[in-house]
Amino acid sequence: MESYRLTISEIKSGYGDKKITPVSVMDALKKRISGLNDKINAYCFTGGSGPVDGKGVLGGVPVAIKDNICVKGQPATCSSKILEGFKPPYNATVIEKLKDAGAVPFGRTNMDEFAFGSSTETSAYGITRNPWDTNRIPGGSSGGSAAAVASDMAIAALGSDTGGSIRQPAALCGVVGLKPTYGRVSRYGLIAFASSLDQIGPITKDVRDSALLLNVISGHDYMDSTSADVKAPDFTSALTGNIKGLKVGLPKEYFTEGIDKEVSACMNNALSVLKDLGADVKEISLPHTGYAVSVYYIVASSEASSNLARYDGVRYGRRSPDATNVIELFKRSRSEGFGEEAKRRIILGTYALSSGYYDAYYIRAQKVRTKIKEDFERAFKDVDCIVTPTSPTAAFKIGEKTGDPLGMYLSDIFTIPANLSGIPGISIPCGFTEKGLPVGMQILARHFDEETLFRAAYAFEQNTDFHKRRPVL
Amino acid sequence: MKKPVIDVKYVAELARLELTPGELEKFSRQITDILGYMEKINEVMVDDTPMTTHVIKVKNILREDVVKEPMPLSDVLGNAPSKEGDFISVPKVIEG
Repeated sequence: MESYRLTISEIKSGYGDKKITPVSVMDALKKRISGLNDKINAYCFTGGSGPVDGKGVLGGVPVAIKDNICVKGQPATCSSKILEGFKPPYNATVIEKLKDAGAVPFGRTNMDEFAFGSSTETSAYGITRNPWDTNRIPGGSSGGSAAAVASDMAIAALGSDTGGSIRQPAALCGVVGLKPTYGRVSRYGLIAFASSLDQIGPITKDVRDSALLLNVISGHDYMDSTSADVKAPDFTSALTGNIKGLKVGLPKEYFTEGIDKEVSACMNNALSVLKDLGADVKEISLPHTGYAVSVYYIVASSEASSNLARYDGVRYGRRSPDATNVIELFKRSRSEGFGEEAKRRIILGTYALSSGYYDAYYIRAQKVRTKIKEDFERAFKDVDCIVTPTSPTAAFKIGEKTGDPLGMYLSDIFTIPANLSGIPGISIPCGFTEKGLPVGMQILARHFDEETLFRAAYAFEQNTDFHKRRPVL
Repeated sequence: MKKPVIDVKYVAELARLELTPGELEKFSRQITDILGYMEKINEVMVDDTPMTTHVIKVKNILREDVVKEPMPLSDVLGNAPSKEGDFISVPKVIEG
């Protein structure tokens, strides 16, 4: 098999047997990318280097990096014109950790501008296409990372997830995407979107690779004071394949209107697999689910409007050439540099934080957020994990929702609650539609209990073969 | 339910954005729709509910006050769109 098709663990054992070398894998991957990236547009930049000597737990493993995670000296644009030409003078903590483990951060994957989107259509560098059907979107905002892994243009990738931006594209591209617990992974060097929601996580070909990457990137970091001082276990020890007696909750609010019939059918099959493996599946209720999208778009846009205030054309990024005073410089640089969705969210967020509206929107949303968080706390008294579809539909067509921002926002309905509550979530392949589009199953667990996610996901994966299918390209 | 009213032009000014007439019209319509949808959160009783400020327990992070090697000035200035010597330059701020 061509080495670009391998998983991290296969590559590591291939290095051990000397069947392949770090140099041969990198060469194979570069060839794959040069032959395919024009079609998929998963990468907006394909450079990168490092010691490819194979030493370390991820020694000689190339990892594709989303364009909002800083790698010293490489472009980091968040797929926005406003950061055109920007090269960070430092590495994100996750990059330092990857390098310490011997991995090679390679390439910059395309994304929705500043991670504002669910389809990778708002990128200033063109849309990314779904490898399973190039007329469809790959999901977003980490659509480039998911499409790169799904099309074997990457062995594994890092993405970021603020409202589903790792899990939803992973589902729509048929790969594994993990959003760790808020605080599990340092956000230092992740260009900020919504600081109370953002989390970096892996997008991989299987569950074992997800655990291997989380082992490397997790941990407390004094450069991010919201990173948690919690000891991370060896996550691969959760890959037992045994889920006998595991208590699985199905939230009735997630299995009602709005789910595509084929997604529903895949979920039903998946649930019978879990039951056959001895899981104890029962219905639960998360009564405030219906408010999650509203709360999210108030909180996330508010935080984004504040975080994006830094782009003023002064210290870095795009500066409008013809401003005659400083205020004009700010206005023109921002108006020329930000795309439409970024402007829309900045306005929405600025409004929700503005005098006279702050209490009605921002404060109230943060209170309803507490209700959503309490729903999960209550549910996890009875069950070990919660299973839902990752997305209400499979990949939609390019252009289908671009004129309807609210419709686009509603496609994140199942992934948003985990970010609002800070709990971890994983999406794994759980079936295909009749047209051959992948469907993802989401598993959610308590704070800092990624082990249960891996345990359940791995058991399911070992008894199905959805993760082994690859698109014909 | 009363339709929320947003003066997009005024809010854009607060956010230091200049909108084209087309953007102004489009955003006014779209954001009014989005805010209309968000009215839903008023259904929830939250009088006695605290705000979520942190999703996990956090504590103050303190460390020894030890001087470390700072980032070199050339790195700090490396991305500046315009500079003079060791300074970032901008158009005139104070008239006079």
